[in-house]
Amino acid sequence: MKKLLFSISALILFACAVSGQDRPTAFVNARIIPIVGQPIEQGVLLVQKGKILAVGDATTVKVPADAVVIDAKGKVIMPGIVDSHSHILEPAGGDGSGPIQPDVRVLDSLNVQSSSLQRAQAGGITTVNVMPGSGHLDSGQTMYLKLRDGATKIDDLMIYDKDGKYMGGIKFANGTNSIRAGGGNFPGTRAKSAALVRDQFIKAQEYRDKIKKAAGDATKMPPRDLAMEALVEVLDGKRVIHWHTHRHDDILTVLRLQKEFGFRVVLHHVSEAWRVADEIAKAKVMCSIIFIDSPGGKLETTDIKFENGAALEKAGVVTGFHTDDPITDSRWLLRSAGIAVRAGMSREKALYALTMANAMILDLGDRVGSLEKGKDADLVVLSGDPLSVYTHVLETWVEGKKVFDRSDPKDHLVAVGGYGASNDRYVDDDEEDKDEGGN
Amino acid sequence: MKNLYRALFLLLTASCSLLTAYGQLAVKGETVWTMAGDPIANGVVLINNGKIEAVGSQTSIQIPANYRVITAKVVTPGLIDAHSVIGLNGYLNQPHDQMALEGSGPIQPELRAIDAYNADEKLVEWVRQFGITTIHTGHQPSALVSGQTMIAKTIGKDVDEATIVPTAMIAVTLGQDSLAGQGKSPGTRGKEAAMLRAELIKAQENSKKADPPKDLRSDIMIKVIKREIPLLITANKSQDIMTALRLAKEFNLKIVLDGVSEAQLVMNEIKASGFPVIVHPTMARANGDTESLSMEDAAKLKAAGIPTALQSGYEGYVPKTRVVLFEAAMAATNGLSQRDALALITIDAAKILGLETRIGSLEKGKDADIAMYDGDPFEWTSHCTGTIINGQVVSDVVR
Repeated sequence: MKKLLFSISALILFACAVSGQDRPTAFVNARIIPIVGQPIEQGVLLVQKGKILAVGDATTVKVPADAVVIDAKGKVIMPGIVDSHSHILEPAGGDGSGPIQPDVRVLDSLNVQSSSLQRAQAGGITTVNVMPGSGHLDSGQTMYLKLRDGATKIDDLMIYDKDGKYMGGIKFANGTNSIRAGGGNFPGTRAKSAALVRDQFIKAQEYRDKIKKAAGDATKMPPRDLAMEALVEVLDGKRVIHWHTHRHDDILTVLRLQKEFGFRVVLHHVSEAWRVADEIAKAKVMCSIIFIDSPGGKLETTDIKFENGAALEKAGVVTGFHTDDPITDSRWLLRSAGIAVRAGMSREKALYALTMANAMILDLGDRVGSLEKGKDADLVVLSGDPLSVYTHVLETWVEGKKVFDRSDPKDHLVAVGGYGASNDRYVDDDEEDKDEGGN
Repeated sequence: MKNLYRALFLLLTASCSLLTAYGQLAVKGETVWTMAGDPIANGVVLINNGKIEAVGSQTSIQIPANYRVITAKVVTPGLIDAHSVIGLNGYLNQPHDQMALEGSGPIQPELRAIDAYNADEKLVEWVRQFGITTIHTGHQPSALVSGQTMIAKTIGKDVDEATIVPTAMIAVTLGQDSLAGQGKSPGTRGKEAAMLRAELIKAQENSKKADPPKDLRSDIMIKVIKREIPLLITANKSQDIMTALRLAKEFNLKIVLDGVSEAQLVMNEIKASGFPVIVHPTMARANGDTESLSMEDAAKLKAAGIPTALQSGYEGYVPKTRVVLFEAAMAATNGLSQRDALALITIDAAKILGLETRIGSLEKGKDADIAMYDGDPFEWTSHCTGTIINGQVVSDVVR
């Protein structure tokens, strides 16, 4: 009998927990920076089942009676930060066998137990583009991931497109990183780098023509070629190239190749963007830039400037910011916006760069990057203004679920570092409190 | 004749402008952080002949009519980077401008920083534009004893003009970072300590000789044994920190602990030793021996009462140097008050470098080294609007 009662109460508790997950969550009294639209004082953000139901002030958004209400008075809520270029989760791309390896996927290398995932959550990052390195002209396919909690396998972090395919781009690089003097079949010069890439795209065009000619006849199809298949996706605009490029001449080379082959490309790092901002604008490509604390460290970044953000804004280029973690740490991507504003970028565009611009760079502009009805409930609760050094990320929410809470000692350790903070964290070590009001 | 007059006139104007440059300045600030007492609201610093002549509120100090007046929102002492490698290492990061590590042997205390320092290095100019006026720089923490350090002002056309202390400390590194290649020594932590002890024993013996051997290494090591020059011991893991303290005790050394990523584990021992600490950059990467570093370490050391300064440290890649102002800003948002965070890069750093009578605070008689900002110096969106060294405006870039 006692056992039965226990079971019943357990069942009731369980049922409550389930219904709790379906109840809407209302963040009230916060200053809300929706990115698309003006900031809202004393705002209300209503989320349910991982999506945003409504955003507005108390007069326009009614909090349902059954909502879990979170009073965020004195705090600032903005969309979850998107990092358009990161190397968290230990990604590995192409090996030393050749300079162009479109067949290689970071998918097959990622470690979801890596402590770097928690670090990114602590920085308010909710969506990330995990890339292979820049030591190849093409080091392989990248992955767009949601930093959900409790992942045991990479599938748990994937983002799927409308056709049910997991999303990602492809990494290219030019300049010195992918030039290897005496490196076998690797290029030795910039011109050779461009020639090798052009050569592959011409092959991919031919491969695509063969497929077209086969017109569905399996006997006439060319043999399967993983590298060619990936490059055909690029030619068809289904896979965006994320192109590591620093110097002004290398930037122009990317634009030249883009014009020749018509692929979709985002320029990454773009250290000398300030020199060729108008050319970038004219080509209508987007940029993902980085801020580093001093110029140099490598020859191609001797002329990098804090002013890149302002220069690209002035030229009208859609610009996002990235960490390139571990080059800069995921925990202070927010700081990039402060530095950008320091060097003349507008406050609005700097915050846009952290969120909406990065979302667009990853073809996710309709799902993340702003607090708008129908979008994913990815958000960050800040202790103050996003541009201030004194502001901390207090909470990070992904799809309506709290994944980081600075007031939790374990999460605080990740946020500031310390003994044990760099250890990989296993799932059973991070049991979510089911009563936190998330869904 | 006309030409002679013109020449004379030019000479006079030139010397006049030079006088102004070196001469009399009044720096007004809405907030003046003297670091020798509370900040002064609407304060002014009078500068005469490279030195601070007076500091106080604008109501209490009359600015002489012939003084050039510069106004800033916030005025601080020139910032001090307590441990860097810039000047020896340059921003290009190519073999010809990387001079902070000599790979030919694990123990080379005879290597002088002044023989490698490039006063014209772009990174020196870069940090100067953020208000950093003094750097403790030298051989990098990547060999057991990598060489000497020096202290320089971030000005000067050459090393002689820049240098204020030619040999400040000897850079020692314990732990993984000073392990030599396979088959070479040191190959373990135990061997590192054994090699250091052997070197110090030799120095002890030489110091007792009436006629010690004439030898560069012996000369400098005798100064270490005689406590004339401190060892700057980079030790991040707790066992390395303990080794540093053990060696200091055995040989009665003067040391400065550097890095101390695991200070949190041996805080009492560090405190009891009485040695000061130059803590890792707040935003340093946590990997290898530094895997346990915390952004709250500076605050915890300060709370324990341990004399602490902050550093930009050594970087092998991008960024080639950190900016100690930014590192202090991050410390200020991770447990330290604004004032304590500023002390890490001003007066407390000056004390650890033994220069507190000359730099680190705005007080009468000290070097006129001043940084100016258009807001809270720690805010990412504020700018350094000017830097003054020895009474000269050496930067007016808004950075």
